[in-house]
Amino acid sequence: MNAHAKVQPNRIAGHGRLTPANQTRFTFDGKTYGALVGDTVASALIANDVHLVGRSFKYHRPRGIVTAGPEEPNALLGIARDVTRHTPNIRATTQEVFDGLQATSQNRWPSLKYDIGEVNDVASPFLSAGFYYKTFMWPRKAWDKVYEPFIRNAAGLGHAPEHADPDHYAAQFAHCDVLVIGGGIAGLCAALKAAKAGARVIICDEQPQFGGAFHFDVDAQVNGRPGFEWAQETAAQLSEMDNVRVLGRTTAFGYYAQNFVGLVERVTEHVSAPAPGTPRERLWQVRAGQVLIATGAIERHMVFANNDRPGILLASAARTYLNHYGVAVGKNVGVYTANDSAYLAAFDLKRAGVQIPAIVDVREAIDPKLASQALELGIRVLTGHAVIAAGGKLRVSSMSVSKAGGGSEQVIPVDALIMSAGWTPSVHMFSQSRGKVKFDAETNRFLPGIYAQDCICIGACNGTDDLGQTVEEALKAGENAAKNTVARPKRAALNVKTIGGESWNGNMVGAAPGAEAGKVVKAFVDYQNDVTAKDIRLAVQEGFHSIEHVKRFTTNGMATDQGKLSNMHGLAIAAEALGKEIPEVGLTTFRAPYTPVTFGAIVNHSRANLFDPTRTTPIHDSEVALGAIFEDVGNWKRAWYYPRAGEDMHTAVNRECKTVRETVGMFDGSTLGKIEVVGPDAAKFMHLMYTNPFMKLGVGKLRYGIMCREDGYIYDDGVVGRIAEDRFHVTTTTGGAPRVLNHMEDYLQTEFPDLKVWLTSTSEQWAVIAVQGPKARDIIAPFVEGIDLSNEALPHMSMATGRICGVETRLMRMSFTGEAGYEINVPADHGRMVWDTLYATVNAAGGCAYGTEAMHVLRAEKGFIIVGQDTDGTVTPHDAGLGWAVGKKKEDFVGIRGLQRPDLVAKGRRQLVGLRSKDSRSVLDEGAQIVADAAQHDKMIGWVSSSYWSENAGSPIALALIEGGFDRMGETLFVPMPDRTIEVEVCRSVFVDEDGGRVHG
Amino acid sequence: MAKAAIKAMDATRVHPLAGQSFGGPNVSIAPAPEAYRCSLRADARAVPSLSKALGIKLPRSAKQSITAADRSALWLGPDEWLIIDTHVDPLDDLSKVRVLHSAVDISHRNTALLVKGPRAADVINAGCPQDLSLAAFPVGACSRTILGKIEVVLLRTDVDAFRVEVWRSFSAYAFELLSTAASHN
Amino acid sequence: MLLIHCPHCNEERPELEFSHAGEAHIVRSTQLTELSDEEFAHFFFYRENRKGVTFERWRHTHGCARFFNAARDTVSDKFLITYKIGEPKPKLKISTNQNKKAAS
Ligand SMILES: [Zn+2]
Repeated sequence: MNAHAKVQPNRIAGHGRLTPANQTRFTFDGKTYGALVGDTVASALIANDVHLVGRSFKYHRPRGIVTAGPEEPNALLGIARDVTRHTPNIRATTQEVFDGLQATSQNRWPSLKYDIGEVNDVASPFLSAGFYYKTFMWPRKAWDKVYEPFIRNAAGLGHAPEHADPDHYAAQFAHCDVLVIGGGIAGLCAALKAAKAGARVIICDEQPQFGGAFHFDVDAQVNGRPGFEWAQETAAQLSEMDNVRVLGRTTAFGYYAQNFVGLVERVTEHVSAPAPGTPRERLWQVRAGQVLIATGAIERHMVFANNDRPGILLASAARTYLNHYGVAVGKNVGVYTANDSAYLAAFDLKRAGVQIPAIVDVREAIDPKLASQALELGIRVLTGHAVIAAGGKLRVSSMSVSKAGGGSEQVIPVDALIMSAGWTPSVHMFSQSRGKVKFDAETNRFLPGIYAQDCICIGACNGTDDLGQTVEEALKAGENAAKNTVARPKRAALNVKTIGGESWNGNMVGAAPGAEAGKVVKAFVDYQNDVTAKDIRLAVQEGFHSIEHVKRFTTNGMATDQGKLSNMHGLAIAAEALGKEIPEVGLTTFRAPYTPVTFGAIVNHSRANLFDPTRTTPIHDSEVALGAIFEDVGNWKRAWYYPRAGEDMHTAVNRECKTVRETVGMFDGSTLGKIEVVGPDAAKFMHLMYTNPFMKLGVGKLRYGIMCREDGYIYDDGVVGRIAEDRFHVTTTTGGAPRVLNHMEDYLQTEFPDLKVWLTSTSEQWAVIAVQGPKARDIIAPFVEGIDLSNEALPHMSMATGRICGVETRLMRMSFTGEAGYEINVPADHGRMVWDTLYATVNAAGGCAYGTEAMHVLRAEKGFIIVGQDTDGTVTPHDAGLGWAVGKKKEDFVGIRGLQRPDLVAKGRRQLVGLRSKDSRSVLDEGAQIVADAAQHDKMIGWVSSSYWSENAGSPIALALIEGGFDRMGETLFVPMPDRTIEVEVCRSVFVDEDGGRVHG
Repeated sequence: MAKAAIKAMDATRVHPLAGQSFGGPNVSIAPAPEAYRCSLRADARAVPSLSKALGIKLPRSAKQSITAADRSALWLGPDEWLIIDTHVDPLDDLSKVRVLHSAVDISHRNTALLVKGPRAADVINAGCPQDLSLAAFPVGACSRTILGKIEVVLLRTDVDAFRVEVWRSFSAYAFELLSTAASHN
Repeated sequence: MLLIHCPHCNEERPELEFSHAGEAHIVRSTQLTELSDEEFAHFFFYRENRKGVTFERWRHTHGCARFFNAARDTVSDKFLITYKIGEPKPKLKISTNQNKKAAS
């Protein structure tokens, strides 16, 4: 470490809670700075006398650090650990320094001190509220080339990371009796009380250390201990309890229905070298019996001209920097206030050796105790005065002070200016819970009013400012929370005695003197979105009378800080301009997240392999060994084709298709959905669910079934086998399995509850191996026990149970290829053994494994449909040429009435037919549109649903849905493509073995 | 080929997670030994007969299970139980029952993971939204529920031990989610 | 994420275990083929899609797998009651008030 880095001019020896020996380093805009362990980037920068940290969003004005907490609107930095770990828009006031942290300022070019965008500040009369809405409307063509690039360059803070996030983010659901949000004295007292009564408690606080206001308030004592130390001891005590989970560095960001609260825990953001396996952040999804909201209050700034100059910050922030971090915000610090608490900051600074040239207080009268204390310390107090402007540009250099009502102006040099307009209770969580706030006119603040959920606000967020009252309220809330959520709460004494605590007497909302209506000054209300008092008045002037509209027009409160500082001021200014009371103008609703949440935390474990489940069949590894290329079918990996040396997909698929028809092929059909339908009414149920008749299907027989929805459109299809009188083995499409079972359960449970039948998914119980082709029987015969494979005993569309390769099988004589063949069902754990055994024989016989592509071609050669490819949810069985599968004599089935609808029986419906390319070469594009008139391309009469090269047919083949297709046999139609028009002839949808004799071989 | 060759074939079951396991200081995850499983469906009237045949009293209310020797019966729904047995096929016992019911073999449909250790509940809660405290989910409690993006059946076998029943093609996902959560706990 | 009381499991369970299944108390006629086109359209296509208290079907898909009925306020997103299929539609006093409020 070089000596230079050690000099931190604003670090005050003997102040703060950090250990001087624990030195660390970080960089800001490439320059190395020293810091102490426990510093935030903000406290470390101020320690190094750096206040200028960024440029504002719209006007590119120089900006500094305003706060010491999550409400920070200005000091947003890019924070990087290394090349792949860069996060934009991190609040310097919450980011803890770790060794090697790299911080960069944002929204400036080419440098922070000289920023070309500053011209916006000069040009600001043209950039007032609504400027974008009004200006970039016309001409339209200027949008793409001029306006949008300009806005894109100028707008947006920081830049998104360019590398994939290398870190892992964890997640956990958690349940508790009592969730306490906020670890100040209110939260700690309530948590301890509830925990001692036996409640399961989770308490979280966004800061690294508990204690809330004790970070800055060093005067208060709790149980005879300095408040901050009491807080640490209490948090430690809670951590020791089995029924308590204590979460530091954890922000409650969203309060959802039924006490469901989202928390983000920052696990390693403060660590220089995170231990392997530690998540970067953890998302907690907490369900609480009762929520205790102890979120405190946020100090407001004063709205006066140039109140955004670097070095101007909240009084409580200055006090935090001094008392917690041991950092003075300047050497000569002015004070501007409407509230008592700023005095205490001034006194602490003065005692630490900082010059306080004056306390400027807009109030005429102040607490005499404060006045005499100021006098004792030699601090001049100007009551009834206002700071009407701040001087300086890259850093505040002076404050111009005059009587609040006007008058002569004195310029007081300062190098920092601290301010307080009073405290805004943090009702964010309460408001997110859908609670309604009520306005307290006396103190000018919104407080929790009508509760919508089982929660209680305690302490400063509830408007309770006094320390003793806060403790009382918190203990009572903790006790009640336990009573309400624990069956037998324990009696546990808990005494908390406090002394001191600062006064928050006095406040103001709205523009301070000098920034009133008519004054052309930049008095910022919303720092982050560059909204001034003038902008809000302009919005009112332009006719926006609801705060929701004012907010959107000016963007006040719409930045990432959600107006934590600005909402009340904006509201007050709008109310004044409208001549209304504040509650009449209304407060906008707070929405989640309280502070920005990373995508990492939201996505958490669901990345890479865990993004979505990858399902593989029991035979998968054998397919891998055979060199299969896989395709994704839903979540399944299915073998697509099996290329041999030197083969591309086309040649592999052609070979596989030829082999199946000439010798034999093997196919993994395990992904097929399977449902076992069992019970005395099984046949009746099948009869109702499918269009086909099922009552008379014999045991040991198979039937191709079509399932419709009530509207008469095809929903799914599959082969159904009757295992026994009261047992069916139903297959569904691969993708349809869950919805078909749901559809069946729906009817069974709600429409036909009297049927004695039960449904069980057996999709994954059975591995399915299709063996198809002229040699199929020869292949399997040696391995089959207990089943007569002869054509007479086991003809096409029949099944039997027995054994194959020594294991149980449901052997089905069926075909989706048009060849004679079998679908062999075996218990899944044996699937691979059976596949490997049969494959050896298939291979020796000159057969091969075929994948889903060959399967598609083979079935298309026979005109077998694939639901979802050759149907689109508007295709009836009749449209698909499957009218034979609709039982004519049935009195009821799902879809029976839908099929009678006028549109479904009308002429000219799209019907599934075959297409041959007239040139015998062109393979059509699936999805291509079909026209009847080559000259009229815009009159589509149908589309290509399936299309392949068929090596077996020696030509391209296609299936298409065409208007009145069945009556167009032999007609010439056209498929217009970008480069040419392909002539096609309508034909039957069977291209191989037209009479269908081969399946019986 | 002679039928004799068939006998020589290896009919041992291949566990979809064979060889996978995770061992950490607070949680271990391992595939459960192979088991017979049966999806049993019946109305309340049939419960006494079925219980007698199975030698185990079918639980009658939600989240309850019963385990005796190698056999467990888990309540999954008002007319649905999952029977797990590591030695004897429950279907054999049920084949003689005359009372109306449905018994379907799902031995191979499911597989199971055993999650053990002091942080077992936390690790499962990485993806499971149910309250797994001992008060809400005591030893013996069971439920079909969600784990991340899949469905599972959860059975608490001990204070610090769970059995996670999952369809076999989802077992790789279940294992990876649980082991990822365990290694980032 | 909501908690939904399953009338079969008899406890509140996380919404992730459930799926919504459309409007409740729509009866499929045992004489479906006798319906006029309009009657069929009302049975199959038309839905109330009410703002306020609505009766709807849910399924505890990833739990006990039972379908059940629920009365839910679509404004507050609160479940007022859940009950088993086949049980009569409960009379809820709250429904008219809530609907009025929602409409105003
Ligand atoms: Zn349920």
